[in-house]
Amino acid sequence: MVGIKSFGVYLPYYRLNRADVGKFWSSYQTSGERTVANFDEDTLTMAVEACRDCLGGLDKDCVERFYLASTTFPYSEKQSSALVATALDLPKQVLTTDISGSLRSTSNAIMLALDSIRGKSARNVLIGASDMRLSLPNGSRELEFGDGAAALLLGDSDVIATIDHVFSMNEEIYDIYRPSGEKFVRFWEDRFVREMGYGKIVPSAVMEALKAFSLNPKDFSRALFYASNPGYTNGVVQKLGFDPKIQAADSLWGLTGNMGSAHGLALLAQALESAKVGDKILWVSYGDGCDVLAVSVKKGIEQAQQKQSFKRNLDVKAFTTYQKYLRWRDIIQTDPPKRPRMEQPSAVALYRDQKSGLALNGSKCKKCGTVQYPAQRICMECESKDNFEYYSFADKQGKIVTFSHDNLAVSADPPTTLAAVDFDGGGRIMLDVTDRDPDQIKVGTPVEMTFRRFREVEGIRVYWWKSRPIR
Amino acid sequence: MEGIKDKVAIVGMGCTKFGENWNMSAGDMIIDAVSEAYEDAGISSKDVQAAWIGSFWTNLPAPSMPLATILKMKYKPITRIENMCATASDAFRNAAYAVASGVIDVALVLGVEKLKDSGNSGLPTDDLAMGNVGTAPGTFRARNFTAPGHFAMLATSYFNKYGLSAEEGRTMLAKIMVKNHHNGTMSPKAHFRKEITVEQVLKAPVIAWPLGLLDCCGVSDGCAAAVLVRKDMAKNFRPDPVYIKAMQIAVGPCEGYMNPKHDWTSVKETYRAGQAAYEEAGIKNPRKEISMAEVHDCFSITEAAIYEDLQFSARGGCKEDVDAGTFELTGELPVNMDGGLKCFGHPIGATGLRMVYEVYKQIQGKAGPRQVKNAELGLTHNLGGTPGGCTVSVIIVGP
Repeated sequence: MVGIKSFGVYLPYYRLNRADVGKFWSSYQTSGERTVANFDEDTLTMAVEACRDCLGGLDKDCVERFYLASTTFPYSEKQSSALVATALDLPKQVLTTDISGSLRSTSNAIMLALDSIRGKSARNVLIGASDMRLSLPNGSRELEFGDGAAALLLGDSDVIATIDHVFSMNEEIYDIYRPSGEKFVRFWEDRFVREMGYGKIVPSAVMEALKAFSLNPKDFSRALFYASNPGYTNGVVQKLGFDPKIQAADSLWGLTGNMGSAHGLALLAQALESAKVGDKILWVSYGDGCDVLAVSVKKGIEQAQQKQSFKRNLDVKAFTTYQKYLRWRDIIQTDPPKRPRMEQPSAVALYRDQKSGLALNGSKCKKCGTVQYPAQRICMECESKDNFEYYSFADKQGKIVTFSHDNLAVSADPPTTLAAVDFDGGGRIMLDVTDRDPDQIKVGTPVEMTFRRFREVEGIRVYWWKSRPIR
Repeated sequence: MEGIKDKVAIVGMGCTKFGENWNMSAGDMIIDAVSEAYEDAGISSKDVQAAWIGSFWTNLPAPSMPLATILKMKYKPITRIENMCATASDAFRNAAYAVASGVIDVALVLGVEKLKDSGNSGLPTDDLAMGNVGTAPGTFRARNFTAPGHFAMLATSYFNKYGLSAEEGRTMLAKIMVKNHHNGTMSPKAHFRKEITVEQVLKAPVIAWPLGLLDCCGVSDGCAAAVLVRKDMAKNFRPDPVYIKAMQIAVGPCEGYMNPKHDWTSVKETYRAGQAAYEEAGIKNPRKEISMAEVHDCFSITEAAIYEDLQFSARGGCKEDVDAGTFELTGELPVNMDGGLKCFGHPIGATGLRMVYEVYKQIQGKAGPRQVKNAELGLTHNLGGTPGGCTVSVIIVGP
């Protein structure tokens, strides 16, 4: 049985009230909220978080292929999936691929993965999807977009849902697009986008797909459609014979906004988290064409639902301001502090440091068992030399030993909360505390690890880890 | 190990005004501090057999050459030393060891730092400092870093361990700053010379919680210099030389960053350097035997921890001693008689020798209105790094 073995999701901690944007520009105010990645996050950090959620409790060495889907990879030449795989500490033999260019990248990746598994060239394929799209300020898309990531582990055994049917159709159209090198998404006039894009392509693809699957709308407990806004989907799902409220509401529109390549997968993750054994889910993915998949929920689902990661990600949040959003995304230029220019990281030093830095491995002394970070060639306790094994801190929790809230440290969101963190199982790391309310940080506050973006100088983006209050 | 006690004498010292010396280059400050030291010792560059220059962030084009060029010190051995904020103390140590070895009879040592040409407010915080608190130098995989942020963590942990509320803890620290500022009003060479109140300290803008602006020392330019000679030659230079009794440096392996046993309420390097110095000088009861100390009050909490690590106060006893006025100019053990880093600012590579300058003048009875009574053994404590991992120098001098 080929299908889904596990799913994961990542929604940033911060949300923005859409009405705040309208207030800022003295323009029209829309309801609901959207997710906003923190200043220290990007497409890749969110992908790492979603994949960690997906792989939690599983043997990650089972992953043979890793397909990462996004329209907002930080590099045009340099593989994002290889970087994310290294941060996840996946085996070096994993075939990594970036799949990009459309919001359909994620369903494309799933279809390619299913082919790999059915063709017996891989047993387990990890799919990550992450996006952080930008639109020009004071426009409708800025309000519609959200940031987020999701992940699936597909395999040929122990599945919690099977993927029974797939259908794909491509289309050439300038409805929503972004030329290489540009920062903001462009789009054609809304009537065209809606009538000749989504409103025409999706119904025709779904009708053909259902015919090919020999299934009817009433066979599905849920039909997952997504678009820039619910105005697009409502008409389409009714036309196709689905109940827009019960079967096909985009439950994330008011809570997260449209998270690009990750949105469909996030909807699927949310549906799976509340699905019952035997449910059938129709999954419709749009972008330069349309992919349609039919999913059946299987027995293992109850255990997978215990994580409740979707609910946790949705519930544990705080609101940021539109002014901060503009600053975090470098949309407005602010007066820089009179501080030294940021030095360029060394590609060589980063290369050497990937096992300890990117994948957050410390060392555990084979003689005295002391764990320490970063990995030490000479043990800090017994001083034995080159006698250690790598020890992962990424999945460990810890407690804040001491902290400060530093207003002097240069940051897009001061103060910077600094902490010494002692880990359950041993070891201490000096870490920033992110996604936190300063007033809630105490000596003893429990924290977990999160993968974050640090400086970017001369095209080199530095990634490492921070701590955050357990979410 | 024989130790340094009574082998080397200081026969001349000089120190510039510390502050924003907009009209002086590093070279100008070197000439002024060294000239004062030469005059004090009655010598010139011709008499100097070897020199050590300490400097950390100053952009001196070639490590040792500027000193030869600026002073026209011709064809002598000159060495540049850097050891973070303890740079000048370490330059002093190297020069003193050369003299103690008998190879060199007359040595010049100086520490200089020119920070205010940079255009930055505050210190450079990039890789030089960050390499130690992240995964590896050059990666910038490191927590966001400033000195106040790191020392503030010492305060958080100290308050927590001894059950002080933020207000109680911050008030204790404020009193230390008020003391140093009072002393600084009597120091003509200090950067800041005005009285402050506890209320002003508590209400100052927060720099790194729980430390506010007046818990932090300033950024200054400055230079200090000393002439060292063999003990048996000292009286040829002056009737009142000051002798080195102990000179120790302890460099920590960054246990505060890596080892859960380190609780961030004290600085082990200070304790270890102090212990070693007391042993070298033959001191059994530091609080009784030390007459006065110049210590590294880069932040208020640093001075509080120093009292305990140098065994001036019992563990957790800082508050009691501060409330009793123990460390005031007229107290049992005056600390930072000249106002400390708080009033002089902290030109990184110069501070350690500015401290020695003060105890040298005090021992000679030349400290003017801030002169302490019975100034005999004077201690200087100079810290480079953060409470989690640092270089600490402790020097003891006396008549």
